[in-house]
Amino acid sequence: MSETVDRERAIDRELTMSRAMVEAIATEMRDDEEVFYMGEDVADYGGIFDSTQGLREEFGYDRVMDVPISETAYLGAAVGAAQEGMRPIAELMFVDFFGVAMDQIYNQMAKNTYMSGGNVSVPMVLTAAVGGTYNDAAQHSQTLYGTFAHVPGMKVVVPSTAYEAKGLMHNAIRDDDPVVYMFHKRLMGIGWLPAPDGPKTPVPEEAYTIPFGSADVKREGADATIVTLGLHVHRALDAAESLSEAGIDAEVIDLRSLVPLDTDTIVESIEKTGALVVVDEDYRSYGVTGEIVASVADEALGALDAVERVAIPDVPIPYSRPLENEVVPDADDIEAAVTRTQ
Amino acid sequence: MVTARHYEERLQEEYLEGKQPAFDISAGPIPGELHLAAGQEAAGAGVCQHLRDDDTVTAPHRPHHVAIAKGVDLKRMTAEIFGRETGLGKGKGGHMHLFDPEVNFACSGIIAEGCPPAAGAALAAKKRNTDSVAVAYLGEGAIDQGAFLESLNFAAVRDLPVVFVIEDNDWAISMPKERVTDVEVGSDRADGFDMPGRRVDADDAVAVYDAAREAVGRARDRNGPTLLELQVHRRMGHFMGDPETYRPDEDQEAAAARDSIERLAEDLRAAGVDDARLSDLRADAEARVEEAIEWANEQPKPAPAAAHEDMWVNPGTGVTDSEPDFDLAGGDD
Repeated sequence: MSETVDRERAIDRELTMSRAMVEAIATEMRDDEEVFYMGEDVADYGGIFDSTQGLREEFGYDRVMDVPISETAYLGAAVGAAQEGMRPIAELMFVDFFGVAMDQIYNQMAKNTYMSGGNVSVPMVLTAAVGGTYNDAAQHSQTLYGTFAHVPGMKVVVPSTAYEAKGLMHNAIRDDDPVVYMFHKRLMGIGWLPAPDGPKTPVPEEAYTIPFGSADVKREGADATIVTLGLHVHRALDAAESLSEAGIDAEVIDLRSLVPLDTDTIVESIEKTGALVVVDEDYRSYGVTGEIVASVADEALGALDAVERVAIPDVPIPYSRPLENEVVPDADDIEAAVTRTQ
Repeated sequence: MVTARHYEERLQEEYLEGKQPAFDISAGPIPGELHLAAGQEAAGAGVCQHLRDDDTVTAPHRPHHVAIAKGVDLKRMTAEIFGRETGLGKGKGGHMHLFDPEVNFACSGIIAEGCPPAAGAALAAKKRNTDSVAVAYLGEGAIDQGAFLESLNFAAVRDLPVVFVIEDNDWAISMPKERVTDVEVGSDRADGFDMPGRRVDADDAVAVYDAAREAVGRARDRNGPTLLELQVHRRMGHFMGDPETYRPDEDQEAAAARDSIERLAEDLRAAGVDDARLSDLRADAEARVEEAIEWANEQPKPAPAAAHEDMWVNPGTGVTDSEPDFDLAGGDD
């Protein structure tokens, strides 16, 4: 591990996830003129989900670019600029909008390095707001974690706290490979979309990088392993608190990236607890939960005594509050799943 | 132009070798689909003559004539088409996915999807305040694609130094353009984007050269994008093995009769270039093609395990493999 830092200062300063994400972007933009941000409503508005607050004021319209509502054109332009060696960050306002631009994402951005035999690099970051829990219905509430992680060629990262948001963003911008950075709207700390307590954390003022493929054990426990990401890290931690009152000691693993996937940390935990509960805000079938269970089975089938999956059932995310609450996993759902494994 | 023509004719021969008597698309020295551009050479040469190595070109699934005109390494391009280890993409791309960063050339097999990256290359040139430009090639069948139309708007509103070049060979596989597009002149699409548009008959390579000089010059002088449409002819099928049963005989005959290379040769003769010089040019071009094909045929095939390589430029973990040891006690958890 690296040198000790000024711990007092780090502990003193707490940021929202949005502030931490923007701080990393601003630092990289100051250090490297080749870094720029493109998206819809990212300049004067500052990002619908506060992903670019204050950037236009510091860097101007040339480097914080509002674009036409033409995701194919501007995501593809990011691919082209990245292949010229610039370091664009391009934002999908909602990840749900990927459908109108998926060719540039999965056929161009993700494949050009491989198809060129490694002769072409695409050093761009695709940021995307993800997630539901605020009644925005089926076309504005998805995470689509599994969709992006499924197609080879994109590193896929999902911060759960301000600390992770900053460190993962620094690594994403500096990486010469395309990185999809999926930030959960409910975690950003937006005035009109209150965050739970968890994502606002101490954040060091200096720049630092968190490696991809490195899951973080957010809570240690001996009886069951909850593997999750994004918003559901916090719901899992809530569930773990309740479970501890019932005498069940749950470990909570925050994946932090889906590509690469840190299977080692999960397997190590399973060898201790024997019980795997995968929690995800994506669809249940052919998705993240199935992949995690399969990966653990590949490596440590014998250690698995019990398996549970908690995910969105295979329906579009409904609008009305009781309907959405029914399908998006909450702490009670996680608690019940863990209890079933015991 | 003669290099490109001879190249396509020789690739046709190589492609069909091993596909007799029964046509098996994955058999022979060149597996997979093969889209040849015989009849479209003037569109490649006439435009790319105005480009430098630092200018970016994106081409579609029928890319060879453009790649040759842009100066792509012919040996390594051929090795890629033959699926060899020393190919431009180490055998991972194939003929629709050729990348030569030395001369900023790339192509994509998805219709019109080379347009946004070309706009992006132009955006990079503008941001860096250089005088390089970008050119995006597309077929006339691509002019109804959103990627093309979005790119026209994006380039226009940002005044990007990019030229969009429509190669109109009349056919989108089996679809004649009048059945799917309600404008006769594709370059009229430019009107809706406040951009100059111009159509040129590419039977006349000199006319293409002149029109491209203006368009590329406009981009290089930072006066914004241009849409060019070049009337070319498809002398072969959409892909090798295409029976072209949909195509009237007279259309094929007309395409065969209208040959920009022969017309250019006549123009050159009229300008005083003698036959011996033209023969030498042809011989040099053919020798270059033969050398590339011979070289490609001698190259090793990739080791199967290489299929697992080249996913990333950096390690999967990014620019770091360890996390700083901060003490964040006092946080949420």
